[in-house]
Amino acid sequence: MKTLKDVAIGSSAKVVRLHGEGAVKRRIMDMGITKGVEVYVRKVAPLGDPVELTVRGYELSLRKEDCATIEVE
Amino acid sequence: MSIKIALAGNPNSGKTTMFNNLTGNRQYVGNWPGVTVEKKEGQLKGADDVIIQDLPGIYSLSPYTLEEVVTRNYLINEHPDVILNIVDGSNIERNLYLTTQLMELGLPVVIALNMIDVVRKNGDSINLKKLGQALGCEVIETSALRGEGSREAALRAAQLAKANQKQEHPHVFSGTVEHALAHIEEAISGKVEKDHHRWYTIKLFERDEKVKEQLKLDAATLNRIEQTIASCEEELDDDAESIITNERYTYISKLVQSCVTKSRKKGDLSTSDKIDRVVTNRILGLPIFAVVMFIVYYISVTTVGDIVTGFTNDTLFGEWIQGGLGGWLEGINTAPWLTGLIVDGIVGGVGAVLGFVPQMLILFFLLALLEDCGYMARIAFVMDRLFRRFGLSGKSFIPMLIGTGCGVPGIMASRTIENERDRRMTIITTTFIPCGAKMPIVALIAGAVFGGAWWVAPSAYFIGMAAIVISGLILKKTKRFAGDAAPFVMELPAYHWPSASNVLRSTWERGWSFIKRAGTIILLSSIVIWFLSNFGMTDGTFGMVEDMNTSILASIGNVIAPVFAPLGFGTWQSSVATFMGLVAKEGVVSAFGVLFGVAGEAMELVEDGAFGELTTIASHFTALGGFSFLIFNLLCAPCFAAIGAIRREMNNAGWTWFAIAYQCGFAYAISLIVYQLGMLFTAGQLGVGTVCALLVLAALLYLLFRKPPKGVSSNQSAVRATM
Repeated sequence: MKTLKDVAIGSSAKVVRLHGEGAVKRRIMDMGITKGVEVYVRKVAPLGDPVELTVRGYELSLRKEDCATIEVE
Repeated sequence: MSIKIALAGNPNSGKTTMFNNLTGNRQYVGNWPGVTVEKKEGQLKGADDVIIQDLPGIYSLSPYTLEEVVTRNYLINEHPDVILNIVDGSNIERNLYLTTQLMELGLPVVIALNMIDVVRKNGDSINLKKLGQALGCEVIETSALRGEGSREAALRAAQLAKANQKQEHPHVFSGTVEHALAHIEEAISGKVEKDHHRWYTIKLFERDEKVKEQLKLDAATLNRIEQTIASCEEELDDDAESIITNERYTYISKLVQSCVTKSRKKGDLSTSDKIDRVVTNRILGLPIFAVVMFIVYYISVTTVGDIVTGFTNDTLFGEWIQGGLGGWLEGINTAPWLTGLIVDGIVGGVGAVLGFVPQMLILFFLLALLEDCGYMARIAFVMDRLFRRFGLSGKSFIPMLIGTGCGVPGIMASRTIENERDRRMTIITTTFIPCGAKMPIVALIAGAVFGGAWWVAPSAYFIGMAAIVISGLILKKTKRFAGDAAPFVMELPAYHWPSASNVLRSTWERGWSFIKRAGTIILLSSIVIWFLSNFGMTDGTFGMVEDMNTSILASIGNVIAPVFAPLGFGTWQSSVATFMGLVAKEGVVSAFGVLFGVAGEAMELVEDGAFGELTTIASHFTALGGFSFLIFNLLCAPCFAAIGAIRREMNNAGWTWFAIAYQCGFAYAISLIVYQLGMLFTAGQLGVGTVCALLVLAALLYLLFRKPPKGVSSNQSAVRATM
């Protein structure tokens, strides 16, 4: 399974499915990461985590462990 | 009859600015009942019968965060007349997501399409008519920052509320979902208020636990609903919550495509993007962060902050008010005890607290700047990795940095942390960092007991940091900090120039809330300690005493002293000094001076480095006992001013007492371990105390390394469970 965590910085990926559950998953979806949306991985924080994404025209930061629950094409 | 407008919108949508625009100075700030979420209410300028209720900034109406639950409970139970939904036009897709949820509540909705100036500047355009028609509500362009359109939007909302017309909102879901929703709607027909029918239907479809609890449906109905959901889930191959969220966004994407024309091509960088490329750059990110923090620290603690604090404490309160008042009271022949109570007890105590206010205002001003321009979110982004291991937030860095100057503004700075769990953890641990007032204690012990050894001061900071890390690790595994996982899914808002009125208002609100606290709890505590240290029995009569040695506090010290004996400082003077430290930490040094009969002011001797004069103090301590005393006083409950700040920020007596008890308990445990094991290794002394210390150490290690008990879901375990 390829996840958002595997997507290289500076490239985009299309979301296939969200794994995970409960509050964290809902929060990620509420912020606009849903099935079929294109996510651009912009950069990683100076200490290596979290990452900064562009989704639906705005900037979102997400931890790598949460990125690992987002399946991409 | 007055009209109530509820102001709802995403964080960073300009909601606060609009609220300030609409209400001006006629605001009332409080808390939502039972929670620490701030509640703001105000009257519309020039229209007394229109009340504006500001709601927390939220992204959704899910049942998972406090802010969202507060908002939905208010909208459903309190029935405002109309919702004014602030939508950030420059970030329209995600902002409309909340709009689709607000429309389902059955309340009239007016949309304020905010930041329209940014939209125009980007060369984009939004078709208002089309957007309004599709959503079934009026859309008004606003730019709250420039004060444009806010008032029109509010007046329009008030008009709509008066007209009491039904709005027709679109059905955003697919046929399959609408079919299932119709089934649920039928099942709960007559069991909920008609206006909120659609809201309850959708929430039940999402299996929203809070709504289920509230409605108390019978088993048969619940069963029927569950079957409907399950078959829909099977058909669409996803869980109900995801289906709803997906379809909302699908609907919005289409709507935005038809209403918004973007001029900027994909890949073009906006100004904000360009700033961010540098500011959170992999290589430059940390140095820039360090520079910003240094500037904040330098201004608020070392230079300007230090000067104004020195002025208010020493000159304003010390010389002018205390001196002047003392002279005046003596002049009119006031009884000495009353003069003492007023000048030393009340004015001295409260003055010590109010003295921090100017410094705090400077700090709050800087924090408000950082928050308003968008850098605060980046601080969390940059520091998250380091702090989250200890159950803290990246934003905990600021309170701790400020805490090295003074714990009071440090604790107050924790308000920038949105997540309640992280905020509480930060409040409890911030004062472990040695503040400026603890430095004289460090200097006294280092100079008098250790002959000026260089390592004592650095070790104080090291102990403070270690205490934060250890406490973070222990506390995050406890039941008290259990609850919903705190996901780090954070928006990084676009950078923009801070608004002067927002920054000043936020500075003042935070400062004022502390001043109010100083007038109550801190005042009372100061009077009690003053009384205990100035009254006692002399020659069989009760009255004011000249010498603290015969005060009530000294008697209390005698009773309590044995408690500290296992820590190596079981003299009654040490206990009394520790108590005096509650008023202000440097009070420990002055108290020692008085109690041990040092010639001259102990505080001044310490400042001058004349440790030879302090041998009377040193003779009461062994090296290990002195160090243990230092550790205890560094880690135990902070001064009353800081306790007041804790009380203010926790907004809950239970949590305040927990924080104080934890700090004292932790301080005792660490001092016990250090002293007893130190005695074992240096003097080979083995006894009951050693056994106790080993037991405490074992317990501490167990708490530190145990697996989180069931029900304590950390973010990581929640994720792992599903992988």
